[in-house]
Amino acid sequence: MATVEVTFTPLPAHVRTARLVAAAVARRSGVDEALLNEVRLAVGEACSRAVEAHRRHCPAEPVRIEMTDQGERFVVVVSDHAPAAPAASSAPPGTNGNGAGHRGLVEVAHEEDGGVIPVGFGLAVISGLADDVHVSSTSAGVSVRMSWPSAITA
Amino acid sequence: MDLKLGHYNKDDIEVVDVEGEIDVYTAPRLRELLIDLVNKNNYQLVVNMEKVEFLDSTGLGVLVGGLKRVRAHDGSLDLVCTQERILKIFRITGLTKVFGIHETVDQAIAAKKLEK
Repeated sequence: MATVEVTFTPLPAHVRTARLVAAAVARRSGVDEALLNEVRLAVGEACSRAVEAHRRHCPAEPVRIEMTDQGERFVVVVSDHAPAAPAASSAPPGTNGNGAGHRGLVEVAHEEDGGVIPVGFGLAVISGLADDVHVSSTSAGVSVRMSWPSAITA
Repeated sequence: MDLKLGHYNKDDIEVVDVEGEIDVYTAPRLRELLIDLVNKNNYQLVVNMEKVEFLDSTGLGVLVGGLKRVRAHDGSLDLVCTQERILKIFRITGLTKVFGIHETVDQAIAAKKLEK
Protein backbone atom coordinates (compact mmCIF):
# COMPACT_ATOMS: atom_id res chain seq x y z
CA MET A 1 0.00 0.00 0.00
CA ALA A 2 1.35 3.38 -0.95
CA THR A 3 2.38 5.72 1.83
CA VAL A 4 0.95 8.64 -0.09
CA GLU A 5 -1.10 8.73 -3.26
CA VAL A 6 -1.71 11.92 -5.18
CA THR A 7 -3.85 12.52 -8.23
CA PHE A 8 -3.91 15.86 -9.97
CA THR A 9 -5.46 17.52 -12.97
CA PRO A 10 -2.93 17.50 -15.82
CA LEU A 11 -1.96 21.15 -15.62
CA PRO A 12 1.66 22.34 -15.67
CA ALA A 13 0.98 24.47 -12.60
CA HIS A 14 0.37 21.35 -10.52
CA VAL A 15 3.72 19.74 -11.33
CA ARG A 16 5.44 21.94 -8.79
CA THR A 17 3.01 20.82 -6.11
CA ALA A 18 3.62 17.20 -7.04
CA ARG A 19 7.38 17.43 -6.78
CA LEU A 20 7.21 19.30 -3.47
CA VAL A 21 4.94 16.61 -2.04
CA ALA A 22 7.32 13.92 -3.30
CA ALA A 23 10.29 15.61 -1.64
CA ALA A 24 8.39 15.98 1.61
CA VAL A 25 7.32 12.33 1.65
CA ALA A 26 10.84 11.23 0.71
CA ARG A 27 12.23 13.19 3.63
CA ARG A 28 9.64 11.65 5.93
CA SER A 29 10.56 8.19 4.61
CA GLY A 30 14.20 8.67 5.53
CA VAL A 31 15.74 9.46 2.15
CA ASP A 32 19.05 11.21 2.65
CA GLU A 33 18.92 14.99 2.43
CA ALA A 34 21.54 14.88 -0.30
CA LEU A 35 19.17 12.89 -2.51
CA LEU A 36 16.05 14.99 -2.00
CA ASN A 37 16.87 17.35 -4.84
CA GLU A 38 17.23 14.37 -7.17
CA VAL A 39 13.87 13.02 -6.01
CA ARG A 40 12.28 16.40 -6.60
CA LEU A 41 13.78 16.76 -10.07
CA ALA A 42 13.07 13.20 -11.20
CA VAL A 43 9.46 13.26 -10.00
CA GLY A 44 9.01 16.64 -11.66
CA GLU A 45 10.33 15.25 -14.94
CA ALA A 46 8.04 12.23 -14.76
CA CYS A 47 5.04 14.40 -13.93
CA SER A 48 5.84 16.86 -16.73
CA ARG A 49 5.93 13.98 -19.19
CA ALA A 50 2.64 12.60 -17.89
CA VAL A 51 0.96 16.00 -17.92
CA GLU A 52 2.00 16.57 -21.51
CA ALA A 53 0.68 13.13 -22.50
CA HIS A 54 -2.66 13.76 -20.81
CA ARG A 55 -3.04 17.22 -22.26
CA ARG A 56 -2.74 15.73 -25.72
CA HIS A 57 -4.78 12.60 -25.25
CA CYS A 58 -7.01 12.76 -22.19
CA PRO A 59 -7.04 16.17 -20.47
CA ALA A 60 -9.97 15.21 -18.24
CA GLU A 61 -8.07 12.31 -16.67
CA PRO A 62 -5.88 12.95 -13.62
CA VAL A 63 -2.21 12.02 -13.35
CA ARG A 64 -1.44 9.64 -10.51
CA ILE A 65 1.57 9.44 -8.21
CA GLU A 66 2.15 6.70 -5.66
CA MET A 67 4.91 7.13 -3.10
CA THR A 68 5.79 4.13 -0.99
CA ASP A 69 8.20 3.61 1.87
CA GLN A 70 9.29 0.02 1.37
CA GLY A 71 11.70 -0.01 4.26
CA GLU A 72 14.93 -0.12 2.32
CA ARG A 73 13.73 1.86 -0.70
CA PHE A 74 11.57 4.88 -1.28
CA VAL A 75 9.56 4.13 -4.41
CA VAL A 76 7.69 6.60 -6.59
CA VAL A 77 5.43 5.55 -9.46
CA VAL A 78 4.06 8.19 -11.81
CA SER A 79 1.32 6.83 -14.03
CA ASP A 80 -0.54 8.29 -16.95
CA HIS A 81 -3.62 7.02 -18.71
CA ALA A 82 -2.87 8.28 -22.18
CA PRO A 83 -3.31 5.68 -24.91
CA ALA A 84 -0.05 4.01 -25.83
CA ALA A 85 1.27 3.88 -29.37
CA PRO A 86 3.16 0.91 -30.80
CA ALA A 87 6.75 0.59 -29.60
CA ALA A 88 9.16 1.97 -32.14
CA SER A 89 12.59 2.38 -30.62
CA SER A 90 14.70 1.54 -27.62
CA ALA A 91 14.53 2.95 -24.13
CA PRO A 92 16.65 5.93 -23.17
CA PRO A 93 20.04 5.12 -21.66
CA GLY A 94 19.93 3.80 -18.15
CA THR A 95 16.27 2.87 -18.02
CA ASN A 96 14.99 -0.64 -17.76
CA GLY A 97 12.69 0.11 -20.62
CA ASN A 98 9.86 -2.29 -21.07
CA GLY A 99 8.71 -1.33 -24.52
CA ALA A 100 9.80 2.15 -23.62
CA GLY A 101 10.30 3.33 -27.18
CA HIS A 102 6.71 4.38 -27.05
CA ARG A 103 4.56 7.40 -27.44
CA GLY A 104 5.50 8.47 -23.94
CA LEU A 105 9.00 9.34 -25.07
CA VAL A 106 7.83 11.36 -28.02
CA GLU A 107 5.70 13.59 -25.89
CA VAL A 108 8.54 15.23 -24.07
CA ALA A 109 9.89 16.79 -27.24
CA HIS A 110 9.86 20.56 -26.85
CA GLU A 111 8.47 21.62 -30.17
CA GLU A 112 8.42 25.31 -29.29
CA ASP A 113 12.19 25.23 -29.06
CA GLY A 114 12.59 24.09 -32.61
CA GLY A 115 12.95 20.41 -31.82
CA VAL A 116 16.44 20.96 -30.41
CA ILE A 117 15.77 18.72 -27.43
CA PRO A 118 15.62 15.07 -28.48
CA VAL A 119 12.67 12.86 -27.71
CA GLY A 120 13.00 10.93 -24.49
CA PHE A 121 15.06 13.71 -22.95
CA GLY A 122 13.05 13.89 -19.74
CA LEU A 123 13.29 10.16 -19.13
CA ALA A 124 17.00 10.26 -19.87
CA VAL A 125 17.33 12.92 -17.18
CA ILE A 126 15.40 10.71 -14.76
CA SER A 127 17.73 7.83 -15.47
CA GLY A 128 20.60 10.06 -14.46
CA LEU A 129 18.95 10.98 -11.19
CA ALA A 130 17.49 7.72 -9.87
CA ASP A 131 19.63 4.58 -9.62
CA ASP A 132 16.59 2.41 -10.26
CA VAL A 133 14.23 3.40 -13.07
CA HIS A 134 11.68 1.24 -14.80
CA VAL A 135 9.39 2.43 -17.57
CA SER A 136 6.46 0.25 -18.49
CA SER A 137 3.93 0.82 -21.23
CA THR A 138 0.60 -0.88 -21.49
CA SER A 139 -2.67 -0.20 -23.24
CA ALA A 140 -3.75 1.55 -20.04
CA GLY A 141 -0.89 4.03 -20.13
CA VAL A 142 2.74 4.54 -19.14
CA SER A 143 4.20 4.14 -15.68
CA VAL A 144 7.57 5.46 -14.57
CA ARG A 145 8.82 3.72 -11.44
CA MET A 146 11.78 5.25 -9.63
CA SER A 147 13.36 4.43 -6.31
CA TRP A 148 16.04 5.68 -3.98
CA PRO A 149 17.63 4.18 -0.88
CA SER A 150 16.07 5.18 2.40
CA ALA A 151 18.12 5.97 5.50
CA ILE A 152 17.34 2.54 6.96
CA THR A 153 19.85 0.93 4.61
CA ALA A 154 22.63 3.35 5.54
CA MET B 1 8.36 30.14 -5.85
CA ASP B 2 7.37 31.76 -9.11
CA LEU B 3 9.74 32.87 -11.83
CA LYS B 4 11.11 36.40 -11.86
CA LEU B 5 12.76 37.72 -14.99
CA GLY B 6 14.69 40.88 -15.68
CA HIS B 7 17.24 42.04 -18.21
CA TYR B 8 19.67 44.85 -18.82
CA ASN B 9 22.37 45.79 -21.27
CA LYS B 10 26.02 45.91 -20.31
CA ASP B 11 28.81 46.50 -22.82
CA ASP B 12 26.48 45.64 -25.71
CA ILE B 13 25.63 42.32 -24.12
CA GLU B 14 22.13 41.62 -22.88
CA VAL B 15 22.13 40.09 -19.42
CA VAL B 16 19.02 38.16 -18.39
CA ASP B 17 18.50 37.73 -14.65
CA VAL B 18 16.44 34.69 -13.74
CA GLU B 19 15.14 34.03 -10.24
CA GLY B 20 12.97 31.19 -9.00
CA GLU B 21 11.94 27.92 -10.61
CA ILE B 22 12.14 27.09 -14.30
CA ASP B 23 9.82 24.20 -15.04
CA VAL B 24 7.06 23.11 -17.39
CA TYR B 25 4.80 25.84 -15.99
CA THR B 26 7.15 28.80 -15.94
CA ALA B 27 9.56 28.02 -18.79
CA PRO B 28 7.29 29.53 -21.48
CA ARG B 29 7.83 32.97 -19.92
CA LEU B 30 11.60 32.63 -20.23
CA ARG B 31 11.15 31.37 -23.78
CA GLU B 32 9.06 34.43 -24.66
CA LEU B 33 11.66 36.78 -23.20
CA LEU B 34 14.53 35.16 -25.10
CA ILE B 35 12.56 35.24 -28.33
CA ASP B 36 11.67 38.87 -27.73
CA LEU B 37 15.31 39.82 -27.13
CA VAL B 38 16.43 38.05 -30.29
CA ASN B 39 13.64 39.71 -32.25
CA LYS B 40 15.02 43.04 -31.02
CA ASN B 41 18.42 42.16 -32.45
CA ASN B 42 20.09 41.10 -29.22
CA TYR B 43 22.30 38.22 -30.26
CA GLN B 44 24.85 38.29 -27.43
CA LEU B 45 23.10 36.97 -24.35
CA VAL B 46 24.15 36.05 -20.84
CA VAL B 47 21.60 34.25 -18.69
CA ASN B 48 22.36 34.73 -15.01
CA MET B 49 21.06 31.66 -13.18
CA GLU B 50 22.58 32.32 -9.79
CA LYS B 51 19.14 32.77 -8.23
CA VAL B 52 17.50 29.84 -10.01
CA GLU B 53 16.21 27.36 -7.47
CA PHE B 54 14.98 24.66 -9.82
CA LEU B 55 15.59 23.74 -13.45
CA ASP B 56 14.12 20.82 -15.38
CA SER B 57 14.37 19.54 -18.93
CA THR B 58 11.72 21.99 -20.11
CA GLY B 59 13.94 24.82 -18.93
CA LEU B 60 16.95 23.24 -20.61
CA GLY B 61 14.94 23.09 -23.80
CA VAL B 62 14.22 26.79 -23.59
CA LEU B 63 17.90 27.61 -23.06
CA VAL B 64 18.97 25.40 -25.95
CA GLY B 65 16.25 26.95 -28.09
CA GLY B 66 17.58 30.39 -27.21
CA LEU B 67 21.10 29.31 -28.07
CA LYS B 68 19.91 28.02 -31.42
CA ARG B 69 18.21 31.33 -32.16
CA VAL B 70 21.20 33.54 -31.37
CA ARG B 71 23.58 31.24 -33.22
CA ALA B 72 21.45 31.71 -36.31
CA HIS B 73 22.66 35.33 -36.13
CA ASP B 74 26.26 34.42 -35.26
CA GLY B 75 25.54 35.23 -31.62
CA SER B 76 26.03 33.27 -28.43
CA LEU B 77 24.22 32.51 -25.20
CA ASP B 78 26.33 31.94 -22.12
CA LEU B 79 25.24 31.06 -18.61
CA VAL B 80 26.25 32.18 -15.15
CA CYS B 81 25.83 29.41 -12.63
CA THR B 82 27.78 28.10 -9.66
CA GLN B 83 25.04 26.08 -7.95
CA GLU B 84 25.90 22.42 -7.92
CA ARG B 85 22.29 21.24 -7.99
CA ILE B 86 21.65 23.24 -11.14
CA LEU B 87 24.96 22.34 -12.76
CA LYS B 88 24.22 18.66 -12.22
CA ILE B 89 21.41 18.59 -14.76
CA PHE B 90 23.72 20.23 -17.31
CA ARG B 91 26.29 17.52 -16.65
CA ILE B 92 23.76 14.69 -16.85
CA THR B 93 22.57 15.91 -20.22
CA GLY B 94 26.02 16.77 -21.58
CA LEU B 95 25.04 20.40 -22.04
CA THR B 96 28.14 21.63 -20.21
CA LYS B 97 29.83 21.12 -23.57
CA VAL B 98 27.22 23.21 -25.37
CA PHE B 99 27.00 26.28 -23.15
CA GLY B 100 29.70 28.54 -21.89
CA ILE B 101 29.17 28.44 -18.13
CA HIS B 102 30.77 31.11 -15.99
CA GLU B 103 30.97 31.96 -12.31
CA THR B 104 30.01 35.64 -12.57
CA VAL B 105 28.32 37.95 -15.02
CA ASP B 106 31.51 39.93 -15.39
CA GLN B 107 33.44 36.80 -16.29
CA ALA B 108 30.79 35.87 -18.85
CA ILE B 109 30.97 39.32 -20.43
CA ALA B 110 34.75 39.26 -20.45
CA ALA B 111 34.70 35.88 -22.17
CA LYS B 112 32.33 37.17 -24.81
CA LYS B 113 34.57 40.14 -25.50
CA LEU B 114 37.50 37.79 -26.06
CA GLU B 115 35.42 35.83 -28.56
CA LYS B 116 34.79 38.91 -30.64
